[in-house]
Amino acid sequence: MSDTATTKRSRRASMGPYGSVGKIVGELDDRLGVAKGGRIFLDKIFPDHWSFMLGEISLYSFVVLLATGIFLSLYYVPSTHQVIYHGSYAPLDGQWVSEAFRSTVNISFDVRGGLLVRQMHHWAADIFTGSIVVHMARIFFTGAFRKPRELNWTIGLLMLILAIFEGFIGYSLPDDLISGTGLRIGYSIAESIPFVGSYLVTFLWGGPFPGTGIIIPRFFIIHVLIIPLVLLGLLSAHLGLLVRQKHTQFRGEGRTEENVVGSPMFPTFMAKTTGFLLMVTAATALLGAFAQINPIWQFGSYDASKISYAVQPDWYMGWLDGALRIMPSWEFMNFGHTIPFEVFLPAVVFPGLIFTICFMWPALERRVTGDNELHNLLDRPRDRPKRTAAGAAMFALLFTLFAASSTDVLANFFKVSLNATLWFFRIAVIAIPIIVGLVTYQLCKEMQGVHGIGKRKRPVVVHRSADGEYSTTPAEPRPDDVHSELDPEPVPVRIDIEPLSNGGATVPESSPTGVRQVTR
Amino acid sequence: MSDTDRQPSRTRVPMPVAAMSDPHMGDAARHPARVEKLIVLVFVLAIVFIALFGAAYWQNWSDWILGGTIGAGLLLLGFGLTAWGKYLMPQGPFVEDRHPLASTPEERDAMSAALVERSAVVVKRRKMLGGLFATGAGIFGIVAIFPLLRSLGPVPGTSLDVTGWRRGMVLVDSDGRPVTRDTLVPGGIMTVYPRDTVIVNAGPQPLITDQGQAIDQTVLIRISDQDYTTQPGRETWGPAGYIAYSKLCTHLGCPVGLYEQLLELLVCPCHQSMFNVRNGAVPEFGPAPRPLPQLALMFNQDGHLAAQAPYDQPVGPGFWERS
Repeated sequence: MSDTATTKRSRRASMGPYGSVGKIVGELDDRLGVAKGGRIFLDKIFPDHWSFMLGEISLYSFVVLLATGIFLSLYYVPSTHQVIYHGSYAPLDGQWVSEAFRSTVNISFDVRGGLLVRQMHHWAADIFTGSIVVHMARIFFTGAFRKPRELNWTIGLLMLILAIFEGFIGYSLPDDLISGTGLRIGYSIAESIPFVGSYLVTFLWGGPFPGTGIIIPRFFIIHVLIIPLVLLGLLSAHLGLLVRQKHTQFRGEGRTEENVVGSPMFPTFMAKTTGFLLMVTAATALLGAFAQINPIWQFGSYDASKISYAVQPDWYMGWLDGALRIMPSWEFMNFGHTIPFEVFLPAVVFPGLIFTICFMWPALERRVTGDNELHNLLDRPRDRPKRTAAGAAMFALLFTLFAASSTDVLANFFKVSLNATLWFFRIAVIAIPIIVGLVTYQLCKEMQGVHGIGKRKRPVVVHRSADGEYSTTPAEPRPDDVHSELDPEPVPVRIDIEPLSNGGATVPESSPTGVRQVTR
Repeated sequence: MSDTDRQPSRTRVPMPVAAMSDPHMGDAARHPARVEKLIVLVFVLAIVFIALFGAAYWQNWSDWILGGTIGAGLLLLGFGLTAWGKYLMPQGPFVEDRHPLASTPEERDAMSAALVERSAVVVKRRKMLGGLFATGAGIFGIVAIFPLLRSLGPVPGTSLDVTGWRRGMVLVDSDGRPVTRDTLVPGGIMTVYPRDTVIVNAGPQPLITDQGQAIDQTVLIRISDQDYTTQPGRETWGPAGYIAYSKLCTHLGCPVGLYEQLLELLVCPCHQSMFNVRNGAVPEFGPAPRPLPQLALMFNQDGHLAAQAPYDQPVGPGFWERS
């Protein structure tokens, strides 16, 4: 008994002061030279701000998408071959459905946990695109896209576009009535492109819609392999650039263009971000468990001659659907050719224009302001009224179009004529962005002039004199009133947990800051 | 990071030591012991929920129990870990220098010089070789697109202009039954297909081919008891008040699936285009640019409704080659 204890102790002593961890680091460092770079990585500083968490939501919902997607791909059959359904869902029994649809219904009813994973996948996709947009808004309004980070802005935009396509294609895979209608619309939009449209669609679909049944297998491989692969590559580049160029930070005490202030990668940030990964996963699991999404068995297998009322796409396509709805029916027909402007302009030219503006913005801003400096400190949106107004106007435009994608539902709900709703949106889509832009600009200007804005307000004591006159005096400051921070210091290489043999500083029994003593 | 860190490695340098009492290493929590107990509780609950998920999966309980248990378990686990990181780990603030990414002017010049001068040597000496190689690579790039694109599918040709309707083709419903004079009462509506696209004995239900469903689908309406003319030149197209239009919306090809019976308007549910049945399906509202093509009808010798002729124009949305 005591013999083994002694052996253990002596073996431990022979490993050096850091025990088995030290040994592993040593063995790895001999082969890969990881110690120095690895420690610098552990010391990497992450500035703290809630808005820096938005990109993490995208990253972690992507992780959820990969995990749930792998599960789904084991059961999904990418084929539009028509088969007779015989499964758990009685209302569909004996009906003609496509194999893709049948396998998706089977995932929902006959695969253990399948419905949960399917709904998690769909929810995670909506959260993925949504958080990318919100993350992008944060980057835009705080000027984080400025030099030297223009490339990462471009990569992020590419990922947003890919995420939208990935979402649309994934939505089409179950081959249900609603997604089939969406696919039909997508086909007609591609067909509307002058010169190449009809070639594009017959190449992709293998013939006029619905083609030769080749589109679902093609979409499948694009959805599970090609786009995820490109997304992974872009994601690596996105994060690699983030590490290389280091995080931006808001202005504050001790924060300059030349430093980064925050908490270290290990252990603080790692614990928080891993916890956040688990919470994002949990959010999709809870949504998947309690909030039904895309109940395809209610829609039925796709039949091109059937349709359902209130047909709307997933939210990230809504703005294009709104644009299609409010566009006047201008079609060019002459010289033996047709250009369907009523489709081509709102569904091809317009989104192209919007994304071109987004891609160009860093260069445009550099051109207009003549500012070619490197920026690591973030802007307050109010300090850049023109940029903030432009961004707000852009969002107003997209939100108005999004609302316009439910003209029929709105008209029904508010009992107004569809015609009035349509004309309201035709005017609103021009007026609202202008109004929002102007109001935002003015608000920013006003906020700049307010004294002490963004600071915590001191409480005041109101006095009433004998004559009934009121006056105020500032209250006595309380400890919490002033937010004070320690001076930032470099991450210490070593922490004296217990005095080591080579003589570190002794740890006081109880430290004045209330730090508990840690003993091994 | 201090300067000592950037000295060459392998030489043992004294590492700066921080005491545990350094406030930078402190907790953010005011009562660390209490927070620690709370996190213990949270982790224990998380373990319980995750174990419950395992039990639920093993017993094949319903999906909402699966999702509820794993969701609650991961949420608690994540919450505990985040609280641990936020309240019980060194908060700093710590600082790190940003080292400028830009190289020295000499290094920049060396890079540019390598690019410009070395390539100048290459181009001057071997201009023709370089040009030929670039031409070959460029042509490869272009021709590589052909198999990549062209093998995908056929060229459109006239495939977008034609449907399965031709003279004498009988109209059938989705069960494959032909339409007779009494199938619809005035005001009635139904979807019809060419007879050869509905395979009646394919299974327990008739199977409608893709061609029939997606391209040939036609909406049949009866608006009166007499022959009806929607537009001049279509005097014989609507026998006994039967009128047939292509069901493909001319906007984006959705099926025009709603019928406003009082106003006699066909409505597309996708983008609310409305077509007036009486005057040749001219769009009265919405983004659709053209009337729905009308199918000329007749009764054949069996008393079945049949097409007089194919559609006189391509059905569905517009495209460049459509004349």
